[in-house]
Amino acid sequence: MTDLLELDGVSRRFGGLLAVDNVSFRLKGEGITALVGPNGAGKTTCFNLIAGALPPTQGSIRFRGEIVTGFPAEDICRIGIGRTFQVVRPMRDMTVLENVMIGAFSWTRKVSEARDAAREALDMVGLGPKADAAISKLTLPDRKMLETAKALSTRPRLLLLDEVMAGLRPPEAAAVVAVLRRLAERGLSILLVEHVMRIVMEAAEHVIVLHHGAKIAEGTPRYIVSHPEVVAGYLGEGFRA
Amino acid sequence: MQKKRDALPDRGAVIGCLAAFAVLAMLGGVLNPHLISLLTIVFLFTFIGQSWSIMLGLGGQLSIGHALFVGIGAYSVAVLNIRYGLSPWFGLVVGMALAAIVGATLAWLSFRFEVRGIYFALLTIAAAEFARVVFSGWEFVGAMEGLFFPAHSGPNSFWMLRGDARFYYFVSLAAVLLGVSATALIRQSFLGYVWRAMRDDEDASRALGVRTFLHKILVVSFSGAWAAIGGGLLALVQGSVFPDSIMGMGISVDILVGPIVGGLGTAFGPLIGTLITLPLDHLASAIGNKFGIPGLNNVGYGLVLIAAVWLLPDGIWPAIVNSAKSITRFSWFGNLQMEQVKK
Repeated sequence: MTDLLELDGVSRRFGGLLAVDNVSFRLKGEGITALVGPNGAGKTTCFNLIAGALPPTQGSIRFRGEIVTGFPAEDICRIGIGRTFQVVRPMRDMTVLENVMIGAFSWTRKVSEARDAAREALDMVGLGPKADAAISKLTLPDRKMLETAKALSTRPRLLLLDEVMAGLRPPEAAAVVAVLRRLAERGLSILLVEHVMRIVMEAAEHVIVLHHGAKIAEGTPRYIVSHPEVVAGYLGEGFRA
Repeated sequence: MQKKRDALPDRGAVIGCLAAFAVLAMLGGVLNPHLISLLTIVFLFTFIGQSWSIMLGLGGQLSIGHALFVGIGAYSVAVLNIRYGLSPWFGLVVGMALAAIVGATLAWLSFRFEVRGIYFALLTIAAAEFARVVFSGWEFVGAMEGLFFPAHSGPNSFWMLRGDARFYYFVSLAAVLLGVSATALIRQSFLGYVWRAMRDDEDASRALGVRTFLHKILVVSFSGAWAAIGGGLLALVQGSVFPDSIMGMGISVDILVGPIVGGLGTAFGPLIGTLITLPLDHLASAIGNKFGIPGLNNVGYGLVLIAAVWLLPDGIWPAIVNSAKSITRFSWFGNLQMEQVKK
């Protein structure tokens, strides 16, 4: 079976800085994978390369076996890769429901269909009761979940989440993890960019570690925390204990 | 509170809207000729303003050269009618098609090379001025001397779109009704949603699958075709076309004042705004002429714009809707109003 997502020797250069350095990895069709690393490790750049926000300088990206390298963001979305933004970006003049409807318009032109799909996506992340609220009324965890609902309404096969749990308090983050688990159980593959290691250990089945733009390790969370390079470069010696 | 905003307009909204137009239609039967011709111009500028308002208020693309599309429509009607004796209806269709093509080309060139925002607005000015200069030197379309429609006599003719002042009053009023309905329908269609999303955050909407490049071209092209209809009607009402008066900067500015004062992107904003600003402009102009102060009307425009932006930054119509909502909970107003457009 072909992998859902396959990065092959992907690099991205900004002037003299090699932000992503020859990264290769594969994602299977399901489950939660985390992309971790210290600040500036190239996680978000790598994420943006997959999402089509930036073209890679080198290497190829395949989705469901087809080359999608350099596709613009809207086409990446339309072939089944949904994304969120690290800094939440709601359309402020629209209600919660209307925000989510936009994603559904990537596969339908019927307003009623989009509305139904948006309600469904909001229910999945637990925002159903706030569908008609104004954006300004939402709390930070709600806004993060709104981002997720927007991405979900595009009916993705792969969901890219950029630090959806950053800035959340532990119980809020736990609620988000529960939502993600539920989505994964429904057959969605999720790639999580995250740097809170404790959350990653809890949520992900598979972890990819970036450091200085390059992949230094990949495996189960248990394997990762005992990996000498990861401990030295990222987690710090204290984590071993 | 705003639960129904995305629903189709309910019966109340439709009845309210039709009642307003019924009153305007009855006024057409009783007003004196001077007011009839003034209101006709108000309606035509409302209609053109609606096209401009869709482009900025929904699509997020600023045009300060809408006279380009108005001129294309006006000249299409004038040339086909005066030179070839064809019905203005053909001219309107040809003008729409030409304006749509010119709009799409302008937008494609501009967005292809990432010319956005205020730079796109500058490009629209340049395009309009370029067209004005070309038409000023083009003998076939009358150059600086312009084109004149033959004087109309005999009964009103819907087929040839010729008639007396009252005839044009009703034609223009029908155009405004069409414009209000079209704006309301577009807002509730997928185009309205997608355009507003694109206006608010282009990159975020792209990530949600919105083909913004295509939609930006579409909204400019659509708005241009719409403005061209208004230009064709304006030419018929004025009975003549000149490059300076139909394609000049003045027209581009006249178009945008009404929607800004009334409420951008809203169904009724352009009508309310133009009903206030255009007569005020004429009044100030008349006073200025009487006392020998040319340009007083421009000062008037300036003051009204400053006052509107200062006191009611979202426009008069949204302000009316909000106060009506808070006082009487007339939720049906909400369906025809549009949310505030953020600068």
